[in-house]
Amino acid sequence: MQAYLERLRHDRRAAWAAFIAIGILLAVLPFLADAGLGRSWVRILDFVLLYIMLALGLNIVVGYAGLLDLGYVAFYAVGAYVFALLSSPHFGIHLPFWMVLPMGAVAAGIFGVLLGAPTLRLRGDYLAIVTLGFGEIIRIFLNNLNTPVNITNGPQGINLIDPIAVGDFSLSQTHTLLGIQFPSTYGYYYFFLLLTLGIIFVSIRLQNSRIGRAWVAIREDEVAAAAMGINTRNIKLLAFAMGASFGGLSGGLFAGFQGFVSPESFNLMESIMILCMVVLGGMGNIVGVILGAVFLTVLPEALRYVGTLQQALFGQVYADPADLRMLIFGIAMILIMLYRPAGLVPSRRRRRELEAEADVADQERDSVYDTKR
Amino acid sequence: MVVKIGSVAPLTGPQSHLGKDQENGIRLALEEANAGGITLGGKQVKFDLVSEDDQADPKTATVVAQKLVDDQVKGVIGHLNSGTSIPASKIYSDAGIAQISPSATAVAYTAQGFKTAFRVMTNDSQQGKVLGEFAVKGLGGKKIAIIDDRTAYGQGLADEVEKTAKAVGGTIVTHEYTTDKSTDFMAILTAIKGKKPDVIFFGGMDSQAGPMAKQLKGLGVKAKLLGGDGFQSSQFIKLAGADAEGMYASSPGLPLEQMPGGNEFNQKFSAKYGQIQIYAPYAYDATKAMIEAMKHANSAEPAQYLPELVKTNFTGVTGPIAFDEKGDIQGGAVTVYQVQNGQWVVAK
Amino acid sequence: MDIFLQQLINGLVLGSVYALVALGYTMVYGILELINFAHGEVTMMGAMVALAVIGALVASGVALPGVLIVLFGLMVAVLVCAALGFTIERVAYRPLRHAPRLAPLITAIGVSIVLQNTAMIIWGRQYITFPPLLEIERYSIGGATISNLQIFIVLLSASMMVALVLLINRTRMGRAMRATAQNKSVAGLMGVNINSVISMTFILGSILAAVAGVMVSAYYGLAHYYMGFMLGLKAFTAAVLGGIGNIPGAMLGGLLLGVIESLGAGYIGPLTGGFMGSHYQDVFAFFVLILVLVLRPSGLLGERVSDRA
Repeated sequence: MQAYLERLRHDRRAAWAAFIAIGILLAVLPFLADAGLGRSWVRILDFVLLYIMLALGLNIVVGYAGLLDLGYVAFYAVGAYVFALLSSPHFGIHLPFWMVLPMGAVAAGIFGVLLGAPTLRLRGDYLAIVTLGFGEIIRIFLNNLNTPVNITNGPQGINLIDPIAVGDFSLSQTHTLLGIQFPSTYGYYYFFLLLTLGIIFVSIRLQNSRIGRAWVAIREDEVAAAAMGINTRNIKLLAFAMGASFGGLSGGLFAGFQGFVSPESFNLMESIMILCMVVLGGMGNIVGVILGAVFLTVLPEALRYVGTLQQALFGQVYADPADLRMLIFGIAMILIMLYRPAGLVPSRRRRRELEAEADVADQERDSVYDTKR
Repeated sequence: MVVKIGSVAPLTGPQSHLGKDQENGIRLALEEANAGGITLGGKQVKFDLVSEDDQADPKTATVVAQKLVDDQVKGVIGHLNSGTSIPASKIYSDAGIAQISPSATAVAYTAQGFKTAFRVMTNDSQQGKVLGEFAVKGLGGKKIAIIDDRTAYGQGLADEVEKTAKAVGGTIVTHEYTTDKSTDFMAILTAIKGKKPDVIFFGGMDSQAGPMAKQLKGLGVKAKLLGGDGFQSSQFIKLAGADAEGMYASSPGLPLEQMPGGNEFNQKFSAKYGQIQIYAPYAYDATKAMIEAMKHANSAEPAQYLPELVKTNFTGVTGPIAFDEKGDIQGGAVTVYQVQNGQWVVAK
Repeated sequence: MDIFLQQLINGLVLGSVYALVALGYTMVYGILELINFAHGEVTMMGAMVALAVIGALVASGVALPGVLIVLFGLMVAVLVCAALGFTIERVAYRPLRHAPRLAPLITAIGVSIVLQNTAMIIWGRQYITFPPLLEIERYSIGGATISNLQIFIVLLSASMMVALVLLINRTRMGRAMRATAQNKSVAGLMGVNINSVISMTFILGSILAAVAGVMVSAYYGLAHYYMGFMLGLKAFTAAVLGGIGNIPGAMLGGLLLGVIESLGAGYIGPLTGGFMGSHYQDVFAFFVLILVLVLRPSGLLGERVSDRA
């Protein structure tokens, strides 16, 4: 594998061939999934793409800039609710999606700055707790803003959200092109794929840009970065805003796709799930994060069969797949941090950084710290 | 000719026993239909059950709903929860497949205007009306305090009770809030105590109602606690201990022994599947309604039998089954219970 | 007025519960500068283990006075939690002592997920009830009621705090802890066994968590697998409010937060003219947390801490 990747780096033609192969695979993937596993898997693919976008957004904040955000789902919620409010019978406003999606992304970005601004000075672990609190605050407000003025419809959630459509061409219907049927889930798949590729492209460009390098500098050593003339405040806020707007975009897509949003979809567990994707895959590594998102979205679906398997083998379900899932995640998080802190697909720079190096402040001898005793 | 009928409920997780209950109710109805031999459009029909697990999770619900549509089921009985029935109903509606929920109570489920969504269970609005009236007329409550747990269920029910209680001459002295994860209600109960209500209505679940009843006693509040089906359970009595005594809660539908076909069904069902949890009789009736409609239409195609389903009218196990224009059960029954000597008994 | 007094009592009792948990947070933080995210789950484990033991004893029909049964459950919980705290530090934190700050925090989240789901698999998702073993007596003060259990919780919190302060200031062990907190490497050179001091700190913190967990479940009459999370979060807020790393600060922060929550939930409706109500009860803690961290990260009694990452 490594050798092959090396070859891709140098051999133009091999690279193009790989590129085209992947392109074709992505294009026919829904047909394969449908034929092989059933159409519900096409819907799962749609969710996979949604989570890839979310994970890439969080990756900007956590992976690039090194700011641990445990309330990321708040931005997802903001985007989803912006879409739901401006494109449903709730207020009777029906704006087209190409207006609402950017609005959701911008609104989430603003929230990102609002959260970022007061917390800039905080240390990593404090920041994590504050963002967690922020996420909860957003959820509590969404849940309660139905009195005295009904804004969010409270716990009932918002229903009958318009599907993503251009004029009369709606993604919620089945279309036929060249004699091939494209059901609704397919339409969403291609639309999400387009946006996901866009976000991947932006992520890659960011990584190699001035801004991306500044984020890395802050992550490695903020004081040194500031001394080098990086405006740490603005650069951090930018990370928050960028990450948040990706989250907001995914939220809007989620709302249009599901047609129903309620505050319970945006709980802390969801934040932790997205963080898991980033951590397992490899913080700051795009391929890793994508794989993490794919793995963690597909795993619960695959685990469903474990339940039915137990039923078939033992006549009863001993361990609930849903319970096992979280347990596996927890253990995986610990193990990854202990043994592969840079994730399963580490980025080179990140690996260097996470190799345990003694703090400059306390340069002590190993004998004092012999952990093997 | 094989006709597939879908069943969706949580088969794993904390509500799996309820999900299994639903599935078994449907299974019983289908087995009886198969044993009786049914011909539709001149063909002998065999009903097959396709059972799916939605884990009581809205996102998963849409995935399995899609799966059933792909499996070309001719009708769906489910989902068990309101939170899953609502997002799934859109998918069934797009596919034109009839869906009858045996247990979802949220008003929103049938209020979306889908022609394919039905239920055989009394909804929250019907239940709330009964509770609101009971609080004022049944318990003679003039001053009523409301608490809801900010879930779709608790808030929907509490708002309906508040509206009805006001309409029949009660005064709402305060509306307080908690969450479905709280255990400390001292602050809101103290605030309520200051308003000296006669009845306290709580829209929420047994896990909160139990400790709430305890803390009410601890604060020396004499007012009775009243609630919906969320805490008309043995768990409430277990959690509240001695302090559960005298509290009221309602449940949609009739108690098993008062159902027209209750005792007979109980014998049939328990011989095969053990004890009825709650929803088996409703699931059975929902399935029956669907099969009856197919018979009338002489077809298992949803497009053919949907108009017949709307006209459903027969006496099922749980009572008369007929739908209104929204797809709700007509004149849904509600029963109020009280804890006496550590048992729920029908309140007089 | 009697309602106000009652709200104050509610707040003090709730605050004492927060303080009990916050003491453990603060201790670990003082020594290691690490937010032990899993501390709340250790509290939950304590409650669950104690309830399992108590339940088994009650079911076996042992003819013991209720208080003894509860004490026995508490003992087992303390032992289990001490072992748990020791193991968590050994497995999830020690290898990462020199890693960047994010690493132990992520393992801590992992640990709390593991503990929560382990509890769920062992004891299920149902709420577990605390059998009515303790004689509850209620006293009336100026129109407000307070029970013997509530008084006991407040006293227990206060005495735990005093005991901890004495331990840290008056014993050899405490001196080693203070030295470790000041400067690990120098303390090591002076003959302090750093590793055992840190292990000891975790064990002590977890014992406190076990006591807190049993008290909480006795007070509310129940336990469940996710009880630790919110409790831990609020206790952490309390610790930050009082000044993280400061033992009396944890107590003060806990009491303050409890009173803020009670009075807030009780009076926010009238104060905002019905615009906001008790649905925002949980928001107070988070607002307090954000405000303190932004305006005065050292808390009320803490020393200035640097906020460098």
